[in-house]
Amino acid sequence: MIEFRSVSKRFPDGTLAVEDFSLVLPSRKTTVFVGSSGCGKTTLLRMINRMVEPTAGDVEIDGESVLVGDPVALRRRIGYVMQNSGLMPHFSVIDNVATVLRLNGTGRKQAHERARELLDTVGLDRALADRYPSQLSGGQQQRVGVARGLAADPNILLMDEPFGAVDPIVRADLQQELIRLQRDLDKTVVFVTHDIDEAFLLGDQVVILDKGARIVQVGSPSEIIENPADDFVSAFIGAERGHRALRIKQTPRGRFVVDSEGRTQGALLDDADDPSTASPIPEHAPAPEPVEGSGPTP
Amino acid sequence: MNWVADNLDLILGLALTHLGQSAIAIVCGFVLSLPLGWVAWRYRLVRGPIVVLTGLLYTIPSLALLILLPSVVGYSARSQENLIVGLTIYAVAILVRSVADGLDSVDPDIRQAATAVGYGAARRFWTVDLPLAGPVILAGLRVAAVSTISLATVGILVGVENLGYLFTNGLQRRIIPEVFAGVLAVVVIALVIDLLLMLAGRAIMPWTRTASAATARRRIVPMRAAA
Repeated sequence: MIEFRSVSKRFPDGTLAVEDFSLVLPSRKTTVFVGSSGCGKTTLLRMINRMVEPTAGDVEIDGESVLVGDPVALRRRIGYVMQNSGLMPHFSVIDNVATVLRLNGTGRKQAHERARELLDTVGLDRALADRYPSQLSGGQQQRVGVARGLAADPNILLMDEPFGAVDPIVRADLQQELIRLQRDLDKTVVFVTHDIDEAFLLGDQVVILDKGARIVQVGSPSEIIENPADDFVSAFIGAERGHRALRIKQTPRGRFVVDSEGRTQGALLDDADDPSTASPIPEHAPAPEPVEGSGPTP
Repeated sequence: MNWVADNLDLILGLALTHLGQSAIAIVCGFVLSLPLGWVAWRYRLVRGPIVVLTGLLYTIPSLALLILLPSVVGYSARSQENLIVGLTIYAVAILVRSVADGLDSVDPDIRQAATAVGYGAARRFWTVDLPLAGPVILAGLRVAAVSTISLATVGILVGVENLGYLFTNGLQRRIIPEVFAGVLAVVVIALVIDLLLMLAGRAIMPWTRTASAATARRRIVPMRAAA
């Protein structure tokens, strides 16, 4: 469990990045900080591993303040994944993944063995082990970044817009991969993004932030979508437009769900159907029935 | 050309001495420049003064330096140490700036990433900052090496023997091939050292090759797509 207790951060130039922020991040859940750029979400994340020192308040991990003790040792216990992967360009893939293990004093051979297993975990071919990061695609680099974050088997994984710089198809792929990993590994994940869809997809707890890291709303994705706290949240999550403003359309073949643009998003199933298949928005919506006249002629 | 054939032993002996003097000065200059360059990079306030002062060293006329140094430091002007100290000063003048620029060239995101995964300050410097500054430092080192090897010949004017001897001796005795032999020997040594430094750089920094290969590939792809 990570707990922020009345944390503030004023940078030397006078900007108040975080003002009196308090929140509990439950263990083995994914908490997503979401907000527009400059709202202080990355500053919050970096206070967990003391990349940024709070000017007031305290951050505790399982009841122990992070401000006590050696920050370097603290960082080695916490996985960190950042935008543009942050890989060491002069280390091979395998050495990048093994970095934290080596820092912790694990022998080279053992560290490499573990690093190879991690390449499997994140879905990378072991043949890439001896390449340099510049020889990989953006998506592959990001997977190496995740493998490095997981290498020392930390309880906490901090992710700072990790999928922000890859193209949408790769991003969707990496997001699904992270959901799968989280199901297997059960880490306490803190994820920072400005993409509300990503926040709702990955977050167990979503924290919507405004300037100065002011909490506008905290809750599960369902709670926030069903009950936006105010107009700011409604506008931010786009509650009144696109695929979040859905209507029912009655057709002779049954009831369908259409978005605000009138595009059919999926079929509306009856409650009697198996709830596990009754996803509100199937990814591949069945095509709407052909209109009269265009059907097959006898 | 007869003179050269008859005096190969002399030329070879002087070349080895010359190489030895230059090599010591280059190594000393490099070792001194690392901490100075680091300080200049780390502490913004002293950066200007350090870079300007060391740069000014380069403007001291070499002959004057070799005459003045002994009276300041207290050894004989004709000793090898005198020449080596002088050459070291010139190497430092070039290299301090290279080291500071090299450390500047390291992507701040990578530095931050290293800190985030748990590098302490010292370890980060030796395993992240310095290697990544390597290409820029190497470029400076190659300039310093070539200029040191060429500059060393001035030593003969204060009585330190090396390939410069062939210039003064050839001039006094009007043996033009001797002067040319000296020039050629200096150029060959400089080119060989430069080549060795380049090859050493490739061996120590293998990632720089693949990086340039990768950017070259990326540059070609869109052109093909356009065609």
